[in-house]
Amino acid sequence: MDDFLVIDHVTKSFGSHRAVDDVSLSVAQGEAFSLLGPSGCGKTTLLRMIAGFERPDSGRILVGGQDITTLPPEQRPVNTVFQNYALFPHLSVWENVAFGLRMSRRPREEIRSGVDRMLELVRLGEQARKRPAQLSGGQRQRVAIARALVNRPQVLLLDEPLAALDLKLRQHMLMELNTIHEQVGTTFIYVTHDQGEAMSLSDRIAVMNAGKVEQIDSPEHLYETPRSSFVATFIGDANFFTGTVVELQHEGYVRVMVEGLGSPLVLSNGTISSHQTLRLMVRPEKISLTLKRPLSGDRVNAFAGVVEDIAYFGSHTRYRIRAGEHHIIAQLQRSRFSGGEIAPERGAEVWMSFHPDEGRVVLLEDAA
Amino acid sequence: MSTDRQSSKQWLLTLPSLAWLGVFFVIPAILVIVTAFRPADLHGGVGAGWTMATVHEVSDPAYLPILWRTVWFSGVTTLVCLALSLPMAFQMARVGPLMRQVLLLLVVIPFLSNFLIRIFAWKSLLHPEGPLTRLLIWLHFIPEDAMLLNNAGAVLLVLIYTQLPFAILPLYAAAEKFDFGLLDAARDLGAGPWRSFSKVFVPGVWRGIVSAAVMVFVCSLGQYVIPQMVGGASDEMLGSKIAQRVFSDRNLPHASVLAAGLMLVVLVPMLIVAVWQRFGRKEAVS
Repeated sequence: MDDFLVIDHVTKSFGSHRAVDDVSLSVAQGEAFSLLGPSGCGKTTLLRMIAGFERPDSGRILVGGQDITTLPPEQRPVNTVFQNYALFPHLSVWENVAFGLRMSRRPREEIRSGVDRMLELVRLGEQARKRPAQLSGGQRQRVAIARALVNRPQVLLLDEPLAALDLKLRQHMLMELNTIHEQVGTTFIYVTHDQGEAMSLSDRIAVMNAGKVEQIDSPEHLYETPRSSFVATFIGDANFFTGTVVELQHEGYVRVMVEGLGSPLVLSNGTISSHQTLRLMVRPEKISLTLKRPLSGDRVNAFAGVVEDIAYFGSHTRYRIRAGEHHIIAQLQRSRFSGGEIAPERGAEVWMSFHPDEGRVVLLEDAA
Repeated sequence: MSTDRQSSKQWLLTLPSLAWLGVFFVIPAILVIVTAFRPADLHGGVGAGWTMATVHEVSDPAYLPILWRTVWFSGVTTLVCLALSLPMAFQMARVGPLMRQVLLLLVVIPFLSNFLIRIFAWKSLLHPEGPLTRLLIWLHFIPEDAMLLNNAGAVLLVLIYTQLPFAILPLYAAAEKFDFGLLDAARDLGAGPWRSFSKVFVPGVWRGIVSAAVMVFVCSLGQYVIPQMVGGASDEMLGSKIAQRVFSDRNLPHASVLAAGLMLVVLVPMLIVAVWQRFGRKEAVS
């Protein structure tokens, strides 16, 4: 059942601009799936095509085996939570939620119980008679979710569901969305430009860039083994190095010669040949800083550098370190230095080290 | 407190418009009502003293059909204008900026030529030998001996024609502020195009509808040139009677009683709407 919602080679252009370029993906029933990418990457256009507001130039969209590509929005088994919620200002909260059931001409009793139950689920039973304008942002958001879910859609689309909320509320709604998803078990499709949001909401994420899907994977895999440098930079921070393979070891380890830095040993995730040029990626929080050279064999990569800049964030501290012509970002928890060593200051000479398993080879698309 | 001072200063800001209302509306209205209770003199002026005679004269049931026709013509004009201008305003708010300018210009262009000339144009269009009548006969849409001019239909047609811009403009102003994303939401929730229009767009521009309706209804009530130029003998409106009393009978008190009566017909529904909008809707919210 990995193909409940299927996007099959869908392309959509606006004028000469290809907003969505031959995208194919499939989502399982009950999955929480995110379309993640910067603005203009085509994620919203793709969402609008699933909802029925745009029609693909080519390709098909299927839900539960039914081809819905040409159906108008009102006939699709899909409902949307809009970015600005799009609640009807002239109707009460209760009537907003009842709207979809009224449109499908359900019996009065079913509408009453359906709306009441849904308002209970989003904990808005007491606000039922208020107008949307009298609610807070988070409450409006929950009305929008209730209004969509009451129709028992097979797929729920959420367009930047948290973008309009402030930080505290966003973290709260994040948990709430996960709870609601667990309770109703409907397939959720999120569209977001916020990687943190996508990571904590979804089972799987499709990272989009310039109308194409770069990688579809679980949040963990995207973070740990990004396939392109775009994915690596979009999801979290990354240090990149371009180098040449100088030694192939067993079990997929390769030694790469990086100009002006040294020859780190890293884990490759593809077929690599000797003397090949490639790109390495190390996450800032995988790098340890020490004042003395770490005691280690050749299986730990260690390089000397000078601290250029320090930024304190409370939960962690970021260091920018210069080594030759490289500027490397390292991110550390303050407590790491409690064991006898003092925290390095600006201008201090430090050693950066990372384990070979924490270094990654990313796709070579822009290494050439 | 400072808010009190502020509100007293803000009150000062309304002085110019209050003065305007006073000079051009309240004082003339009082003059009309006063004149209604004065006797007419032989020279077409207003005599001294007070009398109820004119009011009794005008209470003649013969005026009732005219009053009824006036309200009926104005009501039909209002409904037709709303029905035509709602989709128009909807489209104007949705098209691109260039097309929007063009449409706005088209709505306003009739005002560039004189009102009387435009009605005269309709007179020749609808004339038995006029181009429109000839064309419709040639197409067999109307019989050979049909009269398009000098009847109630002609009055209504020209009333609607003249009032249409006054309905389109306030509705367009309301539609321009309407969030068309709400129509997407309605479609998403299962409403077809027609039901999203009637259940979401129409309530969304409700204030525009009310002001368009008041505008068209009130302006239609006072018309007298149109029934006189394109209507028949039995299509007189109350405005025709008032004009007749002023210009041919030279009986100002009689005209004043009629005008005051018309004013009541206009003001009472407007007050009801205003009160309902102010208090009725608030109750619905809480």
